[in-house]
Order: sequence, then C-alpha cells, then structure tokens
Amino acid sequence: MATVSKGGPAALLERLGRATINAISEIGYAASLLWEALYWLVLGHFRKQPVRVSHVFEQAMQIGVAALPILTVLSATIGVMLALQGIHTLAIFGAEERVTTGIALSVSREFAPLITGILVAGRSGSALAARIGTMRITQEIDALRVIGIAPVRFLVTPPLLAMIVMVPALTLWAILVALLGGGLLVSMELDMTLAVYFERILEDSSLDDLLHGLGKSLIFAVLIAVIGVVNGAAVTGGAEGVGRATTRSVVHAISAIVITDMIFVFLWTL
Amino acid sequence: MRDADKPGPDGHEKTGPHRDAVIEVENLVTHYGEHRVLNDINLTVRAGEILVIMGGSGSGKSTLLNHLLGLLNPTHGTVRLLGEDINTLSLLEMTDLRRKMGVAFQGGALFSSMTVGDNILLPLREHTRLDEQTMRIMMRLKMEVVNLAGAEDLMPAELSGGMIKRAAFARAVIMDPQILFCDEPSAGLDPIVASSIDKLILDLRAAFDMTIVVVTHERESALAIADRICVLDRGEILVLDTVENVKNSPEPRVQDLLNRRAEVPEVDPDAYLARLTRGILS
Repeated sequence: MATVSKGGPAALLERLGRATINAISEIGYAASLLWEALYWLVLGHFRKQPVRVSHVFEQAMQIGVAALPILTVLSATIGVMLALQGIHTLAIFGAEERVTTGIALSVSREFAPLITGILVAGRSGSALAARIGTMRITQEIDALRVIGIAPVRFLVTPPLLAMIVMVPALTLWAILVALLGGGLLVSMELDMTLAVYFERILEDSSLDDLLHGLGKSLIFAVLIAVIGVVNGAAVTGGAEGVGRATTRSVVHAISAIVITDMIFVFLWTL
Repeated sequence: MRDADKPGPDGHEKTGPHRDAVIEVENLVTHYGEHRVLNDINLTVRAGEILVIMGGSGSGKSTLLNHLLGLLNPTHGTVRLLGEDINTLSLLEMTDLRRKMGVAFQGGALFSSMTVGDNILLPLREHTRLDEQTMRIMMRLKMEVVNLAGAEDLMPAELSGGMIKRAAFARAVIMDPQILFCDEPSAGLDPIVASSIDKLILDLRAAFDMTIVVVTHERESALAIADRICVLDRGEILVLDTVENVKNSPEPRVQDLLNRRAEVPEVDPDAYLARLTRGILS
C-alpha cells in the first residue's frame, strides 16, 4: 500500500503553499474589512446604520485614556534610557552636550510611535481579538446580524476610528513624556536647565520629525485594529481558540508595526 | 374540522389554509463543499402557526434555521419570508425585513458587555427613534411577559440558564416581530424550567399572534408546543405533519427519534477489523 511521507520536501512545499494561500486570503479579508468599516463610517447614516459617537467615545476611553498611566511610565523610562545611553556614548567624543539631538530625533521619529504601537497592540488589539472571537463562538455576531445590525459597523468601525484618533494622540503624549524624562536626566547629569534643554530640543528637531512619528502611528493604529478583528473573526474551537487568536493578534500586530516602521523610514528618507 | 385547524394547546386557533403563508421554502438544496447538507426541502408555515423542526445531530436542522434567518445562501432553491425572497434582497431591504423577525438563540447570545436591560433595548435603540423613557417602558413590559421583571440591571453572567433563555426571548420580541425563531429553547434546562419555556412560547403566540419556528430535539417540548412537526433526517424531510400524525407515523426513523431509540447500524466484521487495523496490517 502506498504511503505518503509526512516530512518530505513535497509535504514541506504543500505546507508552505497552504500558509501562503492563507496569508493572501487574510490580507484580502483585512482589506475588505477596512473598506467595509470606512463604508459604514461614511454611508452608515444614509443606510439607517449610523456609527454611534458614544461607541467611538467608549472605545477611545478604553484604548487611549486607560493606557495613559502605563504609557507615561514606559515613555519616561525610555527618555531616561536614551539620555543615559546618549551621554555615555557621546562622552567618548567629548560631545555630551549634543545628546539633545539624539533624544529629539529618536524619540519623535522612532521610540514614541513604536512603544505606543506595541503597547496598544498588547492592550487593545488583543482585547479586540478576544472580544470578537468570544462573540463569534457565543453566536453574538449572528445575533447582531439577525437584529439587523451590520457587525462591521457595530464592532469594527468604532474601535478603528478610536484607534485612528487615540494612537497618534498617545504618541504625542509619549513624545512629550519621553522628552521630559530625558530632560530630567540630562539636567542632572550635565548641569543643563530644563529650559535650555527644551530650547535645544526645539532647535534640533523640526515639524517634519513630529509628522514622521505621528504619520507612522496613524498606520500602526489601522494595522492594530484590522489585525485584531481579522484574528478574532477567525476564531474556532471555543475558549482555547480565543486564546490562540489573542496571542496571534499580538504577535502579528507587533511584527506588522516593526516591519511597517522600517518601510516607512526607508520611504521617508528616500 | 381538520386536525391542523383545531385549537392548539394554548387555546389559540391554529393556522389553517385561510391564513397567509409567512415562510415558504422551495426546493432548498445546500452543500458544504462536496457534502449535501439539505436536499430538496419544501415547507410552508402559515401565520400564527408553531412549526417545530426536529431531527438528530447532523440532520440539517440548524442549517435549515440558518437559511430561514438569511445567514446562509442556498446552493439551489428559494426561501421567502413574508413574501420576500430573502436571497435577492438588498442589505437595506434585508435589514427592514429583519425588524419583523425575532430570534432566540440556543445559548441566548446575549451581549456579555451589556446589562440584560441594554441587551433587550438594543434593537429599539438601533431601529427606532423612540425616547429613552418609552423604550424602557417597552423593555420592562417585555421583561414582565417573560417573567424576568427586575433583572434589567444584571449582567448576563449573573443569570441562570433559564433566565438567559427568558432574556433572549425578551430581546427577540422587543420589536413585536411577526416571526419568532427559537433555536433549542429548552436544551440544557431541567424539566421544570424547560416546561416553563414551553409555556412561554405558547403565551407569546397567544399574546402577539406570532408565527413561531422552533428547532429542537426535545421530544416533550416539541409535542407540547407544536401545531405541526417537521422531522429532518440526513438533510431530508421525513415527515411534515400535525403532532398526532407525526406520533403515528409509520416511518421507523421518525419513531426512533420520538422514542429515543438509537439507530444501530449493521456491522460488517471484516470492514470493522480493517478500520481498526488501518495502516498496521495490509
């Protein structure tokens, strides 16, 4: 009797093929989801299915305001860390005073959007995946449909909109706190007043740097929301499936954020 | 007088040929991949009727319910609700039609992040422009009807199985639908609570003259509430008739289902041995 090898090159190729098809299918689904979410945002009112401002506000509170304490701690820590590392490195060349340039550019262009994106992916992207996954297995999404509520309008558009508003806002907050954290360290280490420190920060950075960071955070917001929903909607297999989807959504979102960050930097600096 | 036209268990005048057809299924065929799940289903449900769809696991009753709810597209055939072919309706038309339907899901499908009251109010908030006070009065009225008064501020996680079903019924009827669908309404409940759910279904029909479709495998419930019973087996209708006629059906598989007799397949010893030793002996 002929047997099929489970570990041969053909099986490996088959697995690779399946994974590729699944990935393309998920990207397609994510694109259609994004399109449908925007459709309801723009046309929902005319289709008797308006996106409720109260739902967006509720999501904005959870995604944005509730994340402020931990984001503040992390941003301040990163500011201090950058200042310490910068002073230590520049001391080799006797150029410690130039640490402000490094802090200004790396915080506004890289660290603040990245840490905000990763934090929101871990807190809110995973919560979104878990919520939608649980609703799927408990037939709550079917219930929405039979009540006559478009699930994407009700479940996806509010968090997407809230992320688009709150992630850049959190990024701006992270920039300010990280700069302040770095400033406190610099003022202690280099006998530089905070006023002078911020004056130099403003001299060393431009509006372009700020827009670079905020632009990236806007893309991260869309990625986190869409990846959370796609993973939640794909849940099968009960509570264990919800757990898997939650983990998968965090891993995918963080990977997407880091890769997008690289592409963004590459394109911005062309 | 035909059996189907006699007063039902709740004293309600049963459906008859003089009442409008509310649900019409014609030549419905559904495939999941290569597997045919429903095969040439034809049935009509008239206004005010309680139709119970029965069948064992894998008989296709949940798939049929999903078609009636417009959650699935058939491979072939049509499903008409209130005269509308639901597979040709636009999203807006389907939304309008859904306002005339209520569904009580098996597990309740209450939104776990909302209180019971907010769950019941959701269809009103989404589809009407009533003021909050009026909506709350309507919500309390429906909670009284389902014997759940005073539970509006509880979260779904704080409810018992029977209360969850009652809350699901209250949400399903909050818009005064013309058709009510119930998926396994008494499954997983003790006999007393199950019996109270059966009574609730009859009360809802008597109070609101709804057409009700119940999917269940609970024999006692089916016999207690049905005007007619549709027995499905392997995707086909075995019998669709009044309760008495179904009880007296000569079809062995109907009797097996009603009398809870397991179907014992004939075993071919050689095939059985080959199945057990597959891949070991050749």
